[in-house]
Amino acid sequence: MTLSGPLRKAAPSTGGAPAATRRRRSRRIPYPLLLPALLGLVFLVLPLVGLLVRAPWSSLPEQLTSPEVWQALRLSLICATSATVVSLVLGVPLAWLLARTEIPGRRVIRALVTLPLVLPPVVGGVALLLVLGRNGIVGRWLDSAFGITLPFTTAGVVVAEAFVAMPFLVISVEGALRAADPRYEEAAATLGASRLTAFRRVTLPLIAPGIGAGAVLAWSRALGEFGATITFAGNFPGRTQTMPLAVYLAMERDPEAAIALSLVLLAVSVAVLAGLRERWLSTT
Amino acid sequence: MTPTAPDARPALDALLRVERTAFRLDLALTAAPGETVALLGPNGAGKSTALRALAGLLPLGSGHLRLDGVTLEEPATGLHTPAEERPVGVVFQDYLLFPHLSALDNVAFGLRCQGLRKAAARAAALPWLERMGLAEHSAAKPGRLSGGQAQRVALGRALAVRPRLLLLDEPLAALDARTRLDVRSQLRRHLAEFEAVAVLVTHDPLDAMVLADRLVVIEDGRQVQSGTPAEIARHPRTDYIARLVGLNLYRGTAAGHTVSLPDGGPELVTTEELTGAAFVAFPPAAVTLHRERPDSSARNVWPATVDGLDLHGDQVRVDLSGALPMAADLTPAAVAELDLAPGSSVWAAVKAAQTRAYPA
Repeated sequence: MTLSGPLRKAAPSTGGAPAATRRRRSRRIPYPLLLPALLGLVFLVLPLVGLLVRAPWSSLPEQLTSPEVWQALRLSLICATSATVVSLVLGVPLAWLLARTEIPGRRVIRALVTLPLVLPPVVGGVALLLVLGRNGIVGRWLDSAFGITLPFTTAGVVVAEAFVAMPFLVISVEGALRAADPRYEEAAATLGASRLTAFRRVTLPLIAPGIGAGAVLAWSRALGEFGATITFAGNFPGRTQTMPLAVYLAMERDPEAAIALSLVLLAVSVAVLAGLRERWLSTT
Repeated sequence: MTPTAPDARPALDALLRVERTAFRLDLALTAAPGETVALLGPNGAGKSTALRALAGLLPLGSGHLRLDGVTLEEPATGLHTPAEERPVGVVFQDYLLFPHLSALDNVAFGLRCQGLRKAAARAAALPWLERMGLAEHSAAKPGRLSGGQAQRVALGRALAVRPRLLLLDEPLAALDARTRLDVRSQLRRHLAEFEAVAVLVTHDPLDAMVLADRLVVIEDGRQVQSGTPAEIARHPRTDYIARLVGLNLYRGTAAGHTVSLPDGGPELVTTEELTGAAFVAFPPAAVTLHRERPDSSARNVWPATVDGLDLHGDQVRVDLSGALPMAADLTPAAVAELDLAPGSSVWAAVKAAQTRAYPA
């Protein structure tokens, strides 16, 4: 403690004064940047705070234990998970095709795959109806040949969610594949592995983090899906009414229930984000 | 390492022709069973292209590839056996061990591809790890292995499927100098035990000379010279080879500072202290020639006979026979002063400080 006095006194005498002012100047953030930045932050955070503040905490246990909420949450989780499984089964091979082969028109295919990312979901729902609806091009055949109808069924919810969510998975997995060294597949080939075996036993484990991240992303996108679902599958409680649809409907007759439902979705989203954070850091 | 009858069919018979923009590989390559051939050449000479073509990772433009009398590839007849169906093992330069599998499962990978169940494949892979002296590391992931250990796992993985052709791409390039000595002598032992053909690619003449029975020097996609390491060192055909394989290399038994060559050969005095089997190497430029027995500080002095003289750049390479056959590099002025000609008797001297000895 006796040393701190002389040391502190010595610091300014060795050119400390200009250094201190320089540091203070560099710490100042220009107002034209600071004000919009703070405003943006408030804009993003305030609605969430509002949700927490206005939450009917006293009646929340009662709200959340009502059968309607559990029905919608259960349906949401089942459909989002099913849509993620569909996306994995179809999307991982599609990503492999885009990343590892020289198929003709690959750039066009890639653009088509990413189109649902930017397409308004309602438009996707309309398009799905036109193709898979009872009078759609494929839907009519599905109906007459197999007796399968997709619109306004739980399976239809899965189809709509997968349509919107799969591009997220494909893009994520394709990126992981491009980052993975293709020479591991060559090494596997020299050991007698067919292309399929090499993919299954070498490539797939190597890109597992990318697949995991893509699956979580697709799952959360599917969970929040609204536009395509309500257009293609309708809004039938217990069958096609997922959480976002329930929130929208509840807003009109029982705002407190809507807030409770929203809180559940917010909690799920925060959990997903927390789970993803490390994944993102390790794969990018 | 077994000598082959001259009429024996080569185990490897390849004519590798690959054309790419601004590059052409045109290389005939044959090898007897048990032979280790080194492809030696500068970067961009086409060594790796040749290796990839042999492995089936790069299709031939024309030519052929036959292994043990079976044609694996012949573009003229449209025959191309894919890599996974060739009895070829590859040790890659950076090993490419599968990072998610343990050392044991890496070695077992090829066996599982042959249809063995997991337990059976592991049981068959373990002896290979034991042979590589890595049994206690069988559960380790590649990331936890040292460079030398990873190299041995890669070798075990390639050998476990019992290939008829073993390809090694710069097998020692990724190792630091100390590990390199150990791994080189181990690799030499494994290659000597290997009963089929081994082809290794390297740009390091010392690796090539220690590991291979025969060198094939390639430049610009073509063979410029082929022969035993000693032949090539003594009769380099191009300036590049003369500089590249400027090395006299001997194998003998070390005891302290001396290495005795086999069959009653002379002894070499070295600065390193070793015991057991050892290599001694010194560059041709380290050899001085004298008409009379020199009275200098050089500890290694032998009588020799001049067999030939070749001018390479501004140096003359003198091929010497005698108790210790060797190559010597002299200036044309020195050659003229000594009045050297084929058949001349001379004394060759090498300072101990200019030799390098290391365990074999």
